[in-house]
Amino acid sequence: MSEKNIFKLTNLVKRFTKGKETLSIFEDLNLSIKEGDFVAIMGPSGSGKTTLLNMLGGVDQPTSGEVEFDGKGIEKLSENQLAKWRASNVGFIFQFYNLMPMLNAHRNVELPLLLTQLKSKERSQRVETALELVGLKDRAKHMPGELSGGQQQRVAIARAVVSDPKLLLCDEPTGDLDRQTADEILEMLQLLNREFGKTIIMVTHDPSAAKFANRVLHLDKGKFVEKELSL
Amino acid sequence: MNSFLSQSFAVIRMNLLSLPRRLWMSLAMIIASAVVVTILLAFLAMARGFEVTLKGAGSDDIAMFLRDGSAAELNSVLSKSQVDLIENAPGIAKDKTGVILSSELYVIVDGIKKTSQTAANIPLRGTSQTGIKMRQDFKLIKGRLFNTGTTEMIVGAGILRQFDGFELGKTIRFGKNKWQVVGVFSTGGNVFESELWSDYRVIQNLYNRGSSVQSIRAKLVEAGDIKQIKEYIKNDPRLNIDVETEADYFSAQGKSLNYMAIFGKVISSIMALGALAGALNTMYTSVADRSREIATLRTIGFSNSSAFVGTLFESLTLSALGGLLGALGAFLLFDGMSTSTLGGSFTQVVFSFELSQDLIVQGMKMALGIGLVSGFFPAWRAARMPVLTAFRTE
Ligand SMILES: Nc1ncnc2c1ncn2[C@@H]1O[C@H](COP(=O)(O)OP(=O)(O)O)[C@@H](O)[C@H]1O
Ligand SMILES: [Mg+2]
Repeated sequence: MSEKNIFKLTNLVKRFTKGKETLSIFEDLNLSIKEGDFVAIMGPSGSGKTTLLNMLGGVDQPTSGEVEFDGKGIEKLSENQLAKWRASNVGFIFQFYNLMPMLNAHRNVELPLLLTQLKSKERSQRVETALELVGLKDRAKHMPGELSGGQQQRVAIARAVVSDPKLLLCDEPTGDLDRQTADEILEMLQLLNREFGKTIIMVTHDPSAAKFANRVLHLDKGKFVEKELSL
Repeated sequence: MNSFLSQSFAVIRMNLLSLPRRLWMSLAMIIASAVVVTILLAFLAMARGFEVTLKGAGSDDIAMFLRDGSAAELNSVLSKSQVDLIENAPGIAKDKTGVILSSELYVIVDGIKKTSQTAANIPLRGTSQTGIKMRQDFKLIKGRLFNTGTTEMIVGAGILRQFDGFELGKTIRFGKNKWQVVGVFSTGGNVFESELWSDYRVIQNLYNRGSSVQSIRAKLVEAGDIKQIKEYIKNDPRLNIDVETEADYFSAQGKSLNYMAIFGKVISSIMALGALAGALNTMYTSVADRSREIATLRTIGFSNSSAFVGTLFESLTLSALGGLLGALGAFLLFDGMSTSTLGGSFTQVVFSFELSQDLIVQGMKMALGIGLVSGFFPAWRAARMPVLTAFRTE
């Protein structure tokens, strides 16, 4: 893990307005995340974990404040600039995998590579490597519906890492899996963090999942309560 | 490859692959577009068939003389003295026996339509050997020509198809007069096939026309050149006569069924609005059905234009399939179908539906129009969908 910050949030404010009502999620949130870290964000339901992850991933924008990524503010980028930024910097892993049900595992993993200049042959090679990494090389032709939940999440992980982003954002990645499968997935994330240097930010409400992270942040009432974990 | 293209191709592929999830709605959209196109093409093919049938009858090298202001042969009358003057007009071709010119009469008789078993008007044309020769496509299919001075007639093939009782050898009664069918003729499908022909002098007699006729056809020396004849007529006050080429005469008559095409366009446009409402619903449902996938792709970094293109392509595909199906339907149901309707002279014209390529293009344009409009707004919605819904749990 380097000493460099991958993220720096300054005076972050996030409010949702619905009609006349304003729901305040964060008022003046500050946070730094080191490059190469594996951070778990915990907290009760509705505490704003997903909202925070959305802002880190550039799919939602703060009401005010700064989100610096690699020293550059991303909060003011246009929607299309953000899409490009996500394509080259972020891999997303969702609770319900979000695979394309009509595409086989290979084609699902290939999706992020369609945003690059890579030739079809090169793409195929990368997809195979990614599937091999998650141990599903022999399932490339399977449709998501033919795979178990754990296997689908592994395909999703392959999709998240295939274009080699430095950041992985995971929202309850094991929320829908049994204990043993969940642990396999978490070990895989740990491997990606340790061996491949991916910065991982993972939202979870599961304390045993949080144990796989290097740093655990507790979000409550819009503020962080930090607890370092002894590994 | 260009990233926009590869994104769009991927999204289009996913959209089409997801169609089975919306099978019935998508089929409904295809069928609605197909029905609109079939109906449009039925009217257009009918109008076109009518036009072709009339246009095909007209020659460029025949001048047609009618009384001034009478738009059709039926209400024209030319006196013997006028006929004599026309014979002296310049620019008319000659052979050994003199100018090539056919005096003709055009009276209306009754026939029983096979389809409805009701009486309808048929033209009985009085003509001559010269007149018959002037119809280049004339062919005697059965029997022989009528003899001059007799109540013999030959029957057009269209009449035979659409009316009862005109078979070769039959005796037919029109009023007090009896006629014998001695031959059946074809003129290559044009309007003359919807007529009965006999000797014009016999008709003059039986219908008390004295020595007057209704129209004169004259062979031109130079095809299309009737300027000098027009000049000649203008300079002689006794000739209150209209002259134009036979081609122009029939092409104007062929336009008389243009209201059919217009009517068809109006009807199918109204139906297209209905189809459009259904198609819009289908496409909005498609966007809603794919919202999670769209959001996921957007999160990964796919552009909103790819979501737009994918949705638009889906609706264009469905409507194009509908268009093709509709064209096929029209082809199977109507193409070449023979029917008859009132032509310009209140007589029945027998003609076939003509489904030509350019009409099918018009049908496809209608279908793609439905697809374009019904795809655009849902595609816009797809493109504007917030990205963050991908993380939301269902
Ligand atoms: N787009 C939105 N519009 C309005 N309110 C929202 C929106 N997204 C989230 N919220 C609200 O913000 C709060 C935090 O939501 P979320 O970040 O999903 O919490 P968590 O992931 O910690 O359960 C919740 O009360 C939620 O209803
Ligand atoms: Mg959440």
